[in-house]
Amino acid sequence: MPTPILRKERLIPGKTSKLVLHAPEIAAKARPGHFVMLRMSPEGERIPLTIADTDPSRGEITIVYLVLGKSTALLEALDAGDSILDVCGPLGRPTKIEKVGTVICVGGGTGIAAMHHIAKGHARAGNHVVAVIGAREKSLLLFEKELMGFVNELVVCTDDGSYGRKGLVTEPLKERLEAGGVGEVVAVGPVPMMAAVADVTRPFGVATTVSLNPIMVDGIGMCGACRVSVGGKTKFACVDGPEFDGHQVDFPELRRRLAAFREQEAESYDRYRKEQPHGN
Amino acid sequence: MATESSAKKVAPRVEMPCQPPAERRHNFKEVALGYNGDMAATEASRCLQCKRPTCVKGCPVEVPIRDFIREVAAGNVERAYEIIRTANSLPAVCGRVCPQENQCEGKCILKAKGEAIAIGRLERFVADTHLAACAAAPDSCPAETSESHAKGRVACIGSGPASLTCAGICAAAGLEVDVYEALHEAGGVLVYGIPAFRLPKDVVAAEIAGLRELGVRFHLNHVGGRTVDVAELRKSHDAVFIGVGAGLPIFLGVPGENLVGVFSANEYLTRINLGRGYDFPEHDTPPFPGKHVTVFGAGNVAMDAARTALRMGAESVHIVYRRTRAEMPARAEEIEHAAEEGVQFALLSAPLRFNGDEQLRLKSVTLQKMELGEPDASGRRRPVPVEGAVEDLETDLAIVALGTRSNPILLDATPDLARTERGYIQADPETGETSIPNVFAGGDIVTGAATVILAMGAGRKAAQEIVRRLGGK
Repeated sequence: MPTPILRKERLIPGKTSKLVLHAPEIAAKARPGHFVMLRMSPEGERIPLTIADTDPSRGEITIVYLVLGKSTALLEALDAGDSILDVCGPLGRPTKIEKVGTVICVGGGTGIAAMHHIAKGHARAGNHVVAVIGAREKSLLLFEKELMGFVNELVVCTDDGSYGRKGLVTEPLKERLEAGGVGEVVAVGPVPMMAAVADVTRPFGVATTVSLNPIMVDGIGMCGACRVSVGGKTKFACVDGPEFDGHQVDFPELRRRLAAFREQEAESYDRYRKEQPHGN
Repeated sequence: MATESSAKKVAPRVEMPCQPPAERRHNFKEVALGYNGDMAATEASRCLQCKRPTCVKGCPVEVPIRDFIREVAAGNVERAYEIIRTANSLPAVCGRVCPQENQCEGKCILKAKGEAIAIGRLERFVADTHLAACAAAPDSCPAETSESHAKGRVACIGSGPASLTCAGICAAAGLEVDVYEALHEAGGVLVYGIPAFRLPKDVVAAEIAGLRELGVRFHLNHVGGRTVDVAELRKSHDAVFIGVGAGLPIFLGVPGENLVGVFSANEYLTRINLGRGYDFPEHDTPPFPGKHVTVFGAGNVAMDAARTALRMGAESVHIVYRRTRAEMPARAEEIEHAAEEGVQFALLSAPLRFNGDEQLRLKSVTLQKMELGEPDASGRRRPVPVEGAVEDLETDLAIVALGTRSNPILLDATPDLARTERGYIQADPETGETSIPNVFAGGDIVTGAATVILAMGAGRKAAQEIVRRLGGK
């Protein structure tokens, strides 16, 4: 049965939106770290998206996406009152949340939304949560307000200095680690950001969890499209992850595997845009 | 008397028309075209109508084979269909994908005198004729129900052959049935795994539509162990059947296996079958293009992957296998079809490593040449490396078809479900019941990767027990 979109909030016009879906069965079981598989049309492909928030009492889940290709463009074409053809979940292993004291949650780009759900879990567990979020410029920052609602400290970075600190998220992260007392670091965002975070935390010996976003086909452990090398071993992100020890992940391999279908993705998206009356 | 009958010339079996190899290697249309009425009647009239038919003993679901063939010979195809349906919920599927040569046809008396009766082809003819008649006049095909007095609700997790069979029997007995499927389309391996040129997707859709007519409710996008779990279903239903299939693909464990261009057969086939990747970009799921394709393994799935790659436009396709053609586990017919279409066999070869470029794209595979030594535990001669005999084979798409191991999702979510040493669900061989009362299991999640018909046999056994417990006959 299609899943109704209750509310849509355009966070970055044409690029990123937040959708609140009526999915009571998923909302009842979703934990921080879980993801869903979506399909937008009868000819569509299945894509994974991390759950950004839930409200089990109202049967709602929230997803946030960046328009990158045809499937996310189809999602962006939907509005409140429309439905998503297929939504399946919750999938993956939930975030391991323990009381460890101070947890730094780093988020970049659309990854801030997924990080938000994990940070919330840590706050609920009684951890002192420091959120460090970054984007290229101010207009691309997400979830600042939502995070302010429950984190203990919030550091905002922009590449161009248009808001918050000028520079990358790794700088305040390093300063905070040098100050000591950090139990765990969580990072969700683009692959280079997660790799950089892992590099920064490694010398400090602080446990670092990253949430990976490899290509998936079924999302339920059947195909192995999402395999990643972790500590030299092959893992399936959909059933063993999507969160792994950032110090063990082979990021260069992940980046190459993410580009495996780049040509077909571009072909598909170009065709779609040409078909649109106003040219998106 | 024995001398007399063996001297009697047995007519050869009627050949089934096929698309010519040169044509079919470029399309996804069905390879085998099926009998027409005359062919079916002629073939059926070869049946000896044995007093004690041995063919039925070879059938995991015990189709009354002799009786349905008698009706085909007499031209009563609809009656033949009713007879098959008393035992088999998916005859159009089984007529196409069962390994009949090892089952019913393997036990046929005619086999000793020449060629076994073509039971699979006749079953397919009967089912296709029925489905075509129903499509033409839906009102003439009422849903079948039995005189059963069973009452209650049954949940089936998964919608592959085991679950569909269980659902069909339970629904026909008057039980309310809910089927929970994780993917967006029902049918399990029949949809994501077996290619359309062996099993057209409208055949699967027609069988599933038949179950809907019986009142079976399908809940798509429901993952057993995630969206719904066994404990909840036990509360809402009187019996639960777990038929989730095996799942997790096995890889070779050689260096370079995560290069871009190395796929599991499950992924390669799922993209093209479930995702309709053969119709990209009309459908959005992209297939991975390969000019020089290598397939590792020699079972039916390997043949499916190799033949699919040809149809996707590969210039060459090699099946790489460490033994010889004689030891290949695939059905003889599948191996022959693959060879006819142009699939090549790199035999007595085992992969040592995959080699890629700086973009981590697959370029070649290094193979160790083997020779056959002493027989191993399986009775087959063990392949042993020929020292120094190593060569590279160019390949930009490698498909690993070594089988699967158990999928952890439902098992991890149901810790009280007893498992076998190999990590599959423990089920009573007679009833299919698991360590949890009134929770049954069957198919690949119990046996490990096997065949459609064995899964159906397990679904049937469990369904019969469920119907019995819920007051049916």
